[in-house]
Amino acid sequence: MTRLSPARLLNGAATLLLSAAVSTAAFAADPLKIGFVYVGPVGDAGWTFEHDAGRKEMEEALAGKVETSYVESVSEGADSQRVIRQLAQQGHDLIFTTSFGYMNPTLKVARAFPKTSFMHATGYKRSKNVGTYSARFYEGRYLTGVIAGQMTKTNTIGYVAAFPIPEVVQGINAFTLGLHSVNPQAKVKVIWINSWYDPAKEREAAEALIAQGADIINQHTDSPAPVQAAQEKGVYAFGYDSDMTAFGPDAHLTGSVVHWGGFYTQTARAVMDGSWKADDTWGGMAVDMVKMAPYNKAIPQTVIDQVEAIKAKIIDGSFHPFQGPIKDQQGELKVADGTTMSDGEILSFNWYVEGVQGELPK
Amino acid sequence: MLVNVERRAQGSRTMAYMSPVLAMVLTLFTGALLFWIQEQNPLQGLYTFFILPVADLYGLSELGVKAAPILLCAAGLAVCFRANVWNIGAEGQLLMGALFGSWVALQFLESTSGWAMPLVLLSGALGGMCWAAIPAILKNHFNTNEILTTIMLNYVALNLLLFGVHGPLKDPDGFNFPESALFSEATTLPVLIEGYRLHLGALLALLAVVAVWVVLSRTFIGFQIRVLGMDSSAAHYAGFREKKLVLLVLLFCGAMAGLAGVSEVTGPIGQLVPTVSPGYGYSAIIVAFLGRLHPVGIVLASLLMALVYMGSEMGQIQMGLPLALGGLFQGVLLFYLLACDFLIMYRIRWQGFASNVATNEA
Amino acid sequence: MDIDLITNILFAMVRTGTPLLLVAMGELICEKSGVLNLGQEGMMLMGAMAGFAVAFVSGDLWFGVLAGILTGMLMSLLFGFLALNLNANQVASGLALTIFGAGLSAYLGGDFVGKPLTGMEAWVIPGLSSIPLIGKALFAQDPLVYLSFVMFGVVFFFVYHSRPGLILKAVGEAPESAVAVGLSVIRVRYLAVLFGGAMAGLGGAYLSLAYTPLWSDNMTAGRGWIALALVVFASWRVGRLLLGAYLFGAASIMHLVMQGLGVSVSSNLLATLPYLATIVVLVLLSSNQARIKLFAPMSLGKPFHKTQ
Repeated sequence: MTRLSPARLLNGAATLLLSAAVSTAAFAADPLKIGFVYVGPVGDAGWTFEHDAGRKEMEEALAGKVETSYVESVSEGADSQRVIRQLAQQGHDLIFTTSFGYMNPTLKVARAFPKTSFMHATGYKRSKNVGTYSARFYEGRYLTGVIAGQMTKTNTIGYVAAFPIPEVVQGINAFTLGLHSVNPQAKVKVIWINSWYDPAKEREAAEALIAQGADIINQHTDSPAPVQAAQEKGVYAFGYDSDMTAFGPDAHLTGSVVHWGGFYTQTARAVMDGSWKADDTWGGMAVDMVKMAPYNKAIPQTVIDQVEAIKAKIIDGSFHPFQGPIKDQQGELKVADGTTMSDGEILSFNWYVEGVQGELPK
Repeated sequence: MLVNVERRAQGSRTMAYMSPVLAMVLTLFTGALLFWIQEQNPLQGLYTFFILPVADLYGLSELGVKAAPILLCAAGLAVCFRANVWNIGAEGQLLMGALFGSWVALQFLESTSGWAMPLVLLSGALGGMCWAAIPAILKNHFNTNEILTTIMLNYVALNLLLFGVHGPLKDPDGFNFPESALFSEATTLPVLIEGYRLHLGALLALLAVVAVWVVLSRTFIGFQIRVLGMDSSAAHYAGFREKKLVLLVLLFCGAMAGLAGVSEVTGPIGQLVPTVSPGYGYSAIIVAFLGRLHPVGIVLASLLMALVYMGSEMGQIQMGLPLALGGLFQGVLLFYLLACDFLIMYRIRWQGFASNVATNEA
Repeated sequence: MDIDLITNILFAMVRTGTPLLLVAMGELICEKSGVLNLGQEGMMLMGAMAGFAVAFVSGDLWFGVLAGILTGMLMSLLFGFLALNLNANQVASGLALTIFGAGLSAYLGGDFVGKPLTGMEAWVIPGLSSIPLIGKALFAQDPLVYLSFVMFGVVFFFVYHSRPGLILKAVGEAPESAVAVGLSVIRVRYLAVLFGGAMAGLGGAYLSLAYTPLWSDNMTAGRGWIALALVVFASWRVGRLLLGAYLFGAASIMHLVMQGLGVSVSSNLLATLPYLATIVVLVLLSSNQARIKLFAPMSLGKPFHKTQ
């Protein structure tokens, strides 16, 4: 059960050669060295898995021009700063730190390595050489809501959520708005499990929701356990982040999936030709950063057509999931008809829209 | 059988010192074998794992950063274990130190007072002591097994820390993300060398080790602790106050572990985060055993343990080796040590092929 | 709360409690013989990893279960060798096993992370499973849950009504006297340790094959430690172990259910309750010297020197 992939062997051999040939000597046509810091194992089937898929896609697209390495399961405590720094120290020109908890460590290291470019995922602090990036998952979430509203029979949707941070609240709200656009009676029940990745807890939460009448499970956690639970209980589910069809062929309706490969390739190119800037990228369906997983055959074609039509409008900018009128849980009008929430407002969501049950933990 | 096992009349002092060395050599061989199985050059692997991480001043400083919390906990644990008090709770005591210390540090966000830092460190130590006092009191007054209570309290401490960082101690301007505000300059541990992360905590750890050494070998209290550990009834007949000693060793360990926790949050991390410790309190148990519960031994053992952590990161960056190798090495090392310790009390005699001596099962 | 909801909670409670029950029964037998093995977590992880890997490769879940059990036993042999043959400190040996198991399972299981597997399906027993409230919890579970019921019966009978059970307790209570009547302490303890390993491996395999059919690093998430606490919580009594396991199971799902019902509570604070409850039970049990002597095996955790 050893891990003997040809890629690994080649990689090892290459490192060996490189370090043998005096590691400090600079080659004329050095490939761009790119480092990745992952919060989970590369095979978690969720967050880290997709970042690693993006890394591989970039490697393929820029074959010969880039060289990548990564460190997985890096704790967000004191260790992350060392790992990021080690990557910088070892001559990586571009470093992606792919979890929110790396925000301050990334900034600290970046100060000491002004020539290295850093990209931090999902954070809100930037500096001269630290840019940020994230995906507009909410666009996909809205579409899953439109589907859920027409697939539910109990009018109760369960939502397994990680932490009550704006990014997750934003997803719940987008989903609920999509749901209500086609089915104003439906309700969303949220369970917070306080963890991004804990298969057993995710499953327990999904089961608790199903027990309380939910016949569709949506999730904002990283493991496929909620989809598995739905498959077993004979209800529907939406995956998140990666295509989770394999974990519940009947249950998995579709999901809001991310696609980092294009963005990573683009960023690497920008660093190579010197046009890279430390700014914020928040990409959605228009730039192919967010996609829909394959549709389940249980979804009627009319619904798929409707969803595809809204998707096209989101892409061409004629529709925005967070355009008014939007009411909060108390029924108070928060976003007036004809106005659209700004990115800043969307990024700091701390209230639920109408249709979500329960109180948002503060 | 070709070998004969004999019980020694007295434990071998030579083997007591040689056994950790032997265990380390065996671990290195096992490591080389593992690299070979991965089809990597074993020497290159060992070099990347054990030398490359500390090949420069930065690496050495990082080694100190990583070793400091482990060393502090191990110093406390060594005293407990000497007294036959099986405290498995250094992890929880560390987390409580971090929590208490952070709470106090957050009261000084605007302050530039020179008193802030000592106060924060003190409150961290106090937090650990409070947490360690619980199993001590339960053991003394209710005869409750400290192994089990300390394990349970580790989980309680972790959840309290999570509650703090998701609730009252959360950064009000942090968009609901589970992190505290960054501590002010006045409550950040000074670094020992400008530009490196090695901080005052490492110095405190060394001081703690010296204190342990002096107390254990030069004072009457130390003598009492050792007697208690070797033979509790002897301690009883000698009129030592066993309960007082139990409380004392646990409070000392709590203070050390608490100090480790508060040094982490005010040192390399600089704020309270959910992942303060990647299991330092548990690693410290290995370190205490590996170091023979002897001050010099624990210093060496904690450095080795820190090196293994850093080596597994380096192995992944440089050679694409799985990160799990680090944990594997730690487990293997402890196994070898426990096995080699057998030779302290027993002698193995090579009998040659001719003789036919029955082996002794025990 | 309506009747359907309670039925479902009871069902989930049994499922959640099952891995704890399996592992705790193994540890109970182990501790009855006087051996404290803190390596449950490591053995569970190895059992979970091996179980998933074998089931994934062979396509047969039962091969996986078998592999999980055997791996757990192999791991426990390592502990037995150190703690019983070499008389190493049991606490240290157990911790070593946990650290080693966590590392090795992550190392060997690397290729299986995130792979899909169709988990064990429920065997719904017609008729019985439609009994109100408890029918679903007891008669619509997967086969490993039924196995845990059977094992409970076996362990109960073994401890309280069999001669080998008496021998086990004799070895745990007074090893010296056991030797005097011609029992091999080391052999009995080895068997107990092996049983503990098998059950821990089975508990791990239950997680990766039935509960959440997937493998990921550290997926046991501290359940081995909880099982250890359960044994104390149950004051070394088999019947209370069952109660304790399901109580823990209920506690870990109740705060999720309450959230779904709209009750706003800090889940972190609620999560401390099972641990605090265990400490309270420990204190109540051990505060009375005479009572603790009735329950805890006298020689627990102490190495046995044959030559003494």
